[in-house]
This record gives sequence, structure tokens and C-alpha cells, in this order.
Amino acid sequence: MSAVAVPKHEEAPALEIPSQNYLNDGYSIRSWLLTLDHKRIAILYMVAVAIFFLMGAAFALMIRLELLTPAGDFMEAETYNKMFTMHGVVMIFFVLIPSIPAILGNFLIPLMIGARDVAFPRLNLMSWYVFMLGGMLLLTTAIFGGVDTGWTFYVPFSSMFSNSNVILATMAAFTAGFSSILTGLNFIVTVHTMRAPGMTWFRLPLFIWALYATSLIQVLATPVIAITLVLLMLERGLGLGIFNPALGGDPVLFQHLFWFYSHPAVYIMILPGMGVLSEMIACVARRRVFGYSFVAFSSLGIAIIGFFVWGHHLFVSTQSVYAGLAFSLITFLVAIPSAIKTFNWTATLYKGSISYESPLYFVVGFLGLFVIGGVTGLFLSTAGLDVHLHDTYFVVAHFHYIMVGGEIMAFLGGLHFWWPKMTGRLYPEFWGKLSASLVFVGFNLTFFPQFLVGYLGMPRRYHTYPPEFQLFNVMSTAGASILGVGYILPFIYFLWSLKYGKVAGPNPWRAKGLEWENTTSPPPTGNFEHTPIVTEEAYEYSHLPEANVVRASTH
Amino acid sequence: MSEQAHISAAHHDPFVAHQFDDRAQQTEAVSLGMWAFLVQEILFFGGLFTGYTVYRSYYPDSFIAGSYILDIKLGGFNTAVLILSSFTMAMAVYSAQNSKKGSLIGYLIATLFLGFVFLGVKVIEYSEKFHHHHIPGFGFQWHEPIGNAKNVEIFYSFYFAMTGMHALHMIIGAAILIPLIILAWRGRFHKDYYAPIEVFGLYWHFVDIVWIFLFPLLYLIGRHAHVG
Amino acid sequence: MIGKFAFWPDLASTVAWKVDAIYIFILLVTILVSLGVYAAIVAFVVKYKRRSEDEIPEQIEGNLPLEILWSVIPLGLVLVMFGWGAVLFFELTTPPAEALNFYVVGKQWMWKVQHPSGKREINELHVPLGQPVKLTLTSEDVIHSFFIPAFRTKIDVVPGRYSVKWFEPSKVGEYHIFCTQYCGNQHAQMIGRVVVMELPQYEQWLKNGGASSVNTGETPEVAGARLFQEQRCVTCHQTNGIMAPVLQGVFGKEVKLQGGQTAVADEAYIRESILNPTAKVVAGYQPNMPTFQGQVTEDAILQLIAYIKSLGGAAGEKTAAVKPDGVQPTEQQPAASPATEEAPSATAKPADEEQPNVGTETPTPENSQSAPATEETPSPHEEQTM
Repeated sequence: MSAVAVPKHEEAPALEIPSQNYLNDGYSIRSWLLTLDHKRIAILYMVAVAIFFLMGAAFALMIRLELLTPAGDFMEAETYNKMFTMHGVVMIFFVLIPSIPAILGNFLIPLMIGARDVAFPRLNLMSWYVFMLGGMLLLTTAIFGGVDTGWTFYVPFSSMFSNSNVILATMAAFTAGFSSILTGLNFIVTVHTMRAPGMTWFRLPLFIWALYATSLIQVLATPVIAITLVLLMLERGLGLGIFNPALGGDPVLFQHLFWFYSHPAVYIMILPGMGVLSEMIACVARRRVFGYSFVAFSSLGIAIIGFFVWGHHLFVSTQSVYAGLAFSLITFLVAIPSAIKTFNWTATLYKGSISYESPLYFVVGFLGLFVIGGVTGLFLSTAGLDVHLHDTYFVVAHFHYIMVGGEIMAFLGGLHFWWPKMTGRLYPEFWGKLSASLVFVGFNLTFFPQFLVGYLGMPRRYHTYPPEFQLFNVMSTAGASILGVGYILPFIYFLWSLKYGKVAGPNPWRAKGLEWENTTSPPPTGNFEHTPIVTEEAYEYSHLPEANVVRASTH
Repeated sequence: MSEQAHISAAHHDPFVAHQFDDRAQQTEAVSLGMWAFLVQEILFFGGLFTGYTVYRSYYPDSFIAGSYILDIKLGGFNTAVLILSSFTMAMAVYSAQNSKKGSLIGYLIATLFLGFVFLGVKVIEYSEKFHHHHIPGFGFQWHEPIGNAKNVEIFYSFYFAMTGMHALHMIIGAAILIPLIILAWRGRFHKDYYAPIEVFGLYWHFVDIVWIFLFPLLYLIGRHAHVG
Repeated sequence: MIGKFAFWPDLASTVAWKVDAIYIFILLVTILVSLGVYAAIVAFVVKYKRRSEDEIPEQIEGNLPLEILWSVIPLGLVLVMFGWGAVLFFELTTPPAEALNFYVVGKQWMWKVQHPSGKREINELHVPLGQPVKLTLTSEDVIHSFFIPAFRTKIDVVPGRYSVKWFEPSKVGEYHIFCTQYCGNQHAQMIGRVVVMELPQYEQWLKNGGASSVNTGETPEVAGARLFQEQRCVTCHQTNGIMAPVLQGVFGKEVKLQGGQTAVADEAYIRESILNPTAKVVAGYQPNMPTFQGQVTEDAILQLIAYIKSLGGAAGEKTAAVKPDGVQPTEQQPAASPATEEAPSATAKPADEEQPNVGTETPTPENSQSAPATEETPSPHEEQTM
């Protein structure tokens, strides 16, 4: 079928939601819960992750409220310890890790490569059920009184001393991890074997490169945390003595095993965000991302080098000095590909044609926050300086700038950017811009003071603190209230848009990419009328698409 | 499946799933998927091997001592059983590839049987450990003249964690074999469609290979013991 | 200073300014780069605003020289940071030979400190101005971390092993001690203060002062000697070496074990031998030593170690490398003399006095500070723990 002739969009008649799309292809609960459609599975994940995000945010709210005052007057020490632990477990395993891959990745990968679905749709659905099982275990943990070991579960505290639900919590994390492995596996096979004719590796959108690199990490690193948590469960539950110092066990070995996964995990979290950024910035600037192959290879570089830096979490752990220095050096090296990406993105804006619509706000917001997060990593890689900064609020600020300022900002931006494709509706532009702005401002107010109080020496995971740190904590909590508003707003206007939002049409942003140019908004269940045949490079903005046209193949 | 899913070239090939274009793509995807899964399994067991390596370097004598009293005959027998079961599994794949339904079912059953034999021997070994109070965390006692009790308890922690995890994977394999046998009996597999057998064969071989590593590391290092 | 609001932490140790210097260097570099990126972004967004709905901008692929430039320059900058940080890291983890030996035991949720003089404190650490202090730390239960922000020092405190930290206070005052590795319920209450005093005041305090301190009248070495008798170690560990290895001169030496391996008789080895004696039996001896697990506390073990150290050790060959900053003849070595109750003041004497000695060998700096120049305990685990 060739291009549908439509008037230019300024004079276009009212657009319509396509009569047959994946959303109305069956309305029963069964058609959703037993779906094999990657797009529906993405929506299932989206609902689940949204709920976990609210849960994690509630824990964060508790933390910031307690930290308004130096004394422990809002809750007991044990409760506070459970708050920050649950905040970490929920946000890391149930929000950050799945968010972009399981939602945007699931929705977009087949569309972007011209496939009908992922390689293993049933496995895909199973991974959602496994994820929900993990979520049930997590809720059970919370109902039974939570866990207070910190999301890092260090032994011997978690194996021999904690009185909280360690085994339940580690089972929840284990299960969520298993879901993550299945998703990564599916994506690797999909990208390798199901690209449409003409879609060579170097014509792939950079989002695919990013998700591919992410999937490699998911498949290779997650099993290590799985076995580590199993050993912890066996130690705690059955008394196996692997980490017990009284038997000659080595508690620091746990840290090595734990961080061998958990460091690459942070790249699982940020790489997809970088992929989203590449897509959005190309569209916003109407330009092929500057230095495409450098950006593509930098994703792989980050994934590979990221496996060799875990020891920077152990600089003061009694790890040997020489090991520490080796890890310090490699950690500096892993910063370079991220820097390359940042410069490439900036160069993409040079002489571009930059739209001031809401996606730009998320792009700029991400860049502003990610740069700070990234450069503060340099302070922590410096071994001699990390001695002072380790386990202080400086570290907390650093990783929140990357995880929240970077990944959540990108995730939110991606949700906004692809919302029209996923739902067929536009959200209100003003509110999108407002939300992005509030998040940006609120985030800086929340977390920048934490760098300062961290250098002053305020340790992490402190329920109470010396009074001279109060000013910074109050500033941080005040900022968090603004940040919270910024995050709540999308829940409201996204839901509103489902019924009242303007109909989007196939390509409201006039973006390049098979998902925009070759299918409707929302797409049909099988994605494409006919399998696209790819004949041009990615981001070929010299062939600017129309907003309301669906093509059979690209040229 | 809804109307919307039938697009472009209709699949006349009933053995190709809807998301794939043709048999070749499906086979490639399924194989790659299983290999990727096995790589992940290597890393899963890798955590255990890493821990073992670290502690063996800390406490070599106790590791040798712990290994010394493991029954090498039972371990060796189990190794032979598993290797044989890999052979029967490979023969099952060959049978499927050649549409030999009878041999396919026979070899699958043989594989399952050998798997049960392996697990049975493990039950014998574990209960023997139980009687000698060699289960860590359950009143562990060590009265041998070599090795020291605390460090040997760590050896046995690894013994149980590693062989236990391996046995769990075998149980899962056995659980998957049963429906495969039933499907084979129903004539599901033949030269035009045998991917599940082949892919399961990969998994079974992997479980076998893990044991090939476990056996020497756990059972054979005791050969270095100097007793008395 | 405790209680005083500030935007910058106190600089109260000799290394603090060095840590701050590298911090400021990295700060300036990163601010420069970040502002550069931000300026470019803002400039481009403003200058290249889309002018019409159908505008198609110039499609720029990339620029290899530029890519190389902005890869190589950051690489160079981070290598500088790495090198500088590495040098600093070595300094932070290498105690000077002449440091005072303090012992710290962390437990849920307090810090127990023992001075070289034998004085004990809880959650407080009084130290004299201008003298290097070396802490040997261990935990009784979970992992803790000993952090003094004003000194810019931190080290994890791990059960089952010893870690080492040093500093030299440079400013009188009171500063926070924080536990900075989450350790359970009262983690945030596991805080204390380090009090830096002028030397005369410190000596005065050693004799009389301190509500939360106790004068035990015994230096660690003296207490260790007493324990050595009380726990009947002396029954087997005699100087003839018949029933048990001779301990005189053993500290820091390589010992041959049954089975052919060797081990260095350092703090960790001695601790293991006390708690798990059959683990590394010395060649030529029967595994007859009973375990003292449950009979001696971590503090007691540290005292026994101090005593054994005072019996002398490997005279310089296999143990401590000579420190790059030179080694002065010791003055700070407290006497392992059971008799002297006045020993508390021994550590506070100025640099060039000799101390009375017992034992067959003169304790030298190499012997007493024979822990290798690393942050962690010099344990057999060291190499394997990466």
C-alpha cells in the first residue's frame, strides 16, 4: 500500500484513531493477561512500574520528612532503616531496571527494526508474570514488616544479625532479576534475527544499540547477583557458613560478588536512557545524531568496560591498595564513552532545526542533570578522594543525579515522546513542559545540597544527624516537594489525554524511524501492514516525513 | 488470534510461529536464545566457582580434607551416568532429525531414567552426609585427622550449594523431559520440526558439563590428602 | 568543629589540605567542562530555533578529528586525576613508622578505643597534636566504618580481620567520628568525637582526665602479657619450642606450616591461631592447641597481639618495607614490661627518648609497625581479596 494522500497538516481535517489497533484488539481481561503482543506487554509493565514508582516515592517521602530535623522524631530508627532499604529495593529492582527496557524497549524494538513482534512473545509474557511475582514477594515483604539491611544486603548484618525479612526481600529481588534476564535474552535474539530487510546493524536507531548493549549486561551480570542472593538466603536460612567470619568466611567476598552485578546494573539503568536521548534529540533537532558510529560503539564500550570497575565500591573495604588503583583507573576509562556521547549529542544541536516542543525540555533537562551526575563520578573514581567521600551523601547525590536526573528524566521524556504512538493521543503540551521544568528545578534543589553536606561528612543511611547539617537537609526536603509535584502531574494529564487528548496522527513530531513513518498511532497488533523494506540510513532527515502519512517502506 | 495479526505473507507453514518469517529465522532465533540462556547459566554457576576458588586458596588443606571423605566411587558412577545420558540425549536428537519416533521416545525415556539414577545416587550421598553430621548449619561435626572443622564446614557449604544447585537444574530438566516425551509419543517431532528436542538437548548437555567441572573440584582434590 | 555550622569541613589533619586540593582541582575541571557543555547547548538551542514547520537543517554526519579531540582530552584529564588520586591514596594508606599504636574495636553500636598507654575510651578518641596515630581496627559483629571527616580518613571495620588507618592531627579541637557503614538499628548513633589536644594537655588527660575513659594502668602490651599468663598460653609457648612454637621474635616472620605452605605471622595469623588453631599449624607440631573462641574478646586478642609484637619480630627482612619517608629510631615503643604502672606516659615523650625493653630483641620500628603499608590487615587473604 502506498502513501495515503492527505492534505498538509495545517489544513488537515480532524485526525482519527485507527479503527483497528492493538488497544482495541480485544477488550477482555483475558485478552490483556494472556496477550502475546509486545505492545500490550509493554503497557502491562507500564502500569506495574508506575505503581512501584509511587511506592518507592512514598518511601522517599518518609525519608525526607524524617531528615527535616536532626533528631529522630518522625519515626523509630528501625522504621527509618526499613524506609531507605525498601526505597532502594523498589526503585532499583522494580522501577529503574525494568522501566525503559520493559516498557519502551518492549513497545518499540520490534517496531523500530520492522518486525511483527519480539523473538519469543510467550517468554515475554512470562517475564512480566515473573516480574509481578517478584512484586508480590516485595509487597509481602512490606506487609510482614519490611527489611532493614539496605538494598546492598551486606553480610554479616543481613545473614546473621538483621531481624527483618531478608529472605523474602532477596527472593523478591532474585525474581525481578530473573524477569530482567528473560527480557534481555529476548531482545538480543530479536535484534540479531528479526531485523527487516535492509535494516543492517548500522542503520539501526541508536535506541536499539543502547538496548542491545543493555541486554548484554542483563544476561551476563544478573545471574551473578542471583547466585549471590541465593548464597545469602542459604546462609541465613540454613546456616551455611560461607560468609561467616567465625568459620573463616569472608564478608568482603560478598561485596565483590554483589557489586560484580550491581555495578553493571547501573549501566542497565542508564544506557536505555541514553538511547532514548539519542532518539529524542535527533527528532528535536531534525538531525542524524552526530557521530552515529561513535555513539553506537560507546554503548557497547560502556557495557564491556562496566564489567571491570566494580571494585570502586570497595576502595575502603580492606580491599588491597593495588586492586583499588586498578579499579580506579578502569573506572576513569568508563567515563570516556559517556563523555563522547554527551559531546555528540551537543554537536547534534549545532546547526540543527530545534523544535521548542516538550521533548526538548526533557532533552535539555537530561543533559543538564546527567552531566553533573557524570562528572561527580570522577570525584568518586579518584581513590584518594573517595576515602573521604565514600558512604557519604556525596555518593547519594551522585547516583541520584544519574539514576533520577538521568534515567528517570529520560524515561519520562521517552514516555512523553512516544505517548502519541502508544495511545494515539497527544498530552497537553503546556503541562508536559511544566512537568519537565518542575522536575528539573525540584531535582536540583533536592540533590545539589546533598553534595555539600556529603563533603562535610554526613554519612548515608543516617536516621539522625548533627544539627550543623540541618540547613542542607531542609533545602533537600523542600526541593523534594517540588520534584514530587513534577512527577505527579504526568499521572494526571496522561490519564486525561487518553480520553480528551488531541488525536495524534501517525507522526505528530515528524520523526524519522519505522515506528513513526511506517505505522499508525496506535499501531495495529501486527505492527505493519507489510513488512517494511529499509533503504535509507537512520535519521535521514533530509527526507523529512509528513505528520499524517503512513508509508509502506522507507525511501 | 485476531484478524489484525494476519498480515503480509500468510504462514502456510504450521510449524513456524507467527512472529517469524520462515523456518530458518525461527531455528536461528531459537538456537541463539538457548545459547544466550546457557551463557547466563555459566555466569550463575560462575559465582559458585568463584567463591570456591577463593576459599580453596585460603584453606587448601581443609578443602582437600573435606574432599577426601567424599565417596569417589559414587561420584565417578554419577559422572558416567551423566555422560551416558548426554549420549542418549544426542541420540534422541538424531532420532527426531530422522523422524524415528520409536527411538526418539526410547532415548528420551533413557535420558530421563539416567537422570533419576543420578538424583537417586545424590540422595544416597546426602543422607550419608546427614548421618555423619556433615551438613553445615545442622550440627556440623568434623572428627577426621585432617582439615580443621570450621574451614571444612565452608568446603561442605560449597559442596551442598554447588551440587544442590546442579541437582535443582537436573530436576528442572527432568520436569521438562516428561512433557517432551508425551509430545514425542503424540508424534509432534519429526525431521521438519524438532527444535524443542535439540534445544532441550543443549540444556541437558550444559547440565552435564557443569557436573564435569564439579566432580574433579569437589571429589578429586582429596587425592592430595596426606593422612596420618 | 562539632556543633559549628560550616560550608566546608574542618581541616584538622596533615593530609586534609591535600584531599581538598584534589577536590578543588577536579571541581574546577568539571565546572569548566560542564559550563562549556551547558553554554553550547543553550547557545545552540537559542540560535538554531526552528524557523519554519518544514525546515530541514544541514545534515552533519560527524567529524573524526573532533571525536578524537574530545576523547583524548578528557582521557588526559582523567589520567591526571587518576595519577594524583593514586599518589594521595598511597599516602593515606601508608602509616608512618613512628605512629602511635591505638587499637579500636567497633561493635553495635559503639567504638572502643585503647590508647598505647592502656587508657580506654568509649566513643571518644583523645589524641595529641602533631603526632601520627595508627589505628588497628576490628569489629565484634558486623561491618562498620570508622570515619573522621575533619581528618579526611575512613576505613571499613570488618569482623574477622584487622584494618589499619593512620592520621596526624594538625589542629586542636573536637571533631566528629561517624560510623559510615550501615550496621543496624543504631547506626546513626554510633558516633563519637575525636579530641585533639596539645601535647601537655594530652599527657595530663592521660593521667587524670576523662569522664568516659578508664585508666587501666596497663599498656596493651602489659595487658597482653598478663593475659598470656592467665590464659595459660605460657604453659606451652615456652622458649624451648618443644610443645609449641616459640613466640619470641616470631612476629612478622614467615612460618612454615604443615603441608608445606608458609604464612606470615602477622596480626591476622595470630588472631586466627588463637580462635581457630588447627587452621594453620606450624610444621613439626601437633594440632593440640585448644581454641580460645568465646574465652577472649577482640580487645583481649589485640592485647595479646601487642604483647607478642613486643617480643620482637623479623628484623626488617620480610616484614615492613622501609617507608619512603624515612624511618626514625623509635621513641614511641611502649615497654612490654609487666612491672611499670607509670607506663602511660611513655608514649607521650618527645621524639628522641629510649624506652626500657624486655624480651630478647629490641623492638624496632620495623618490628612494631610491621604491618605492610596497606590499608587492610596484612592477612593471607590480602592477595586473594583483590
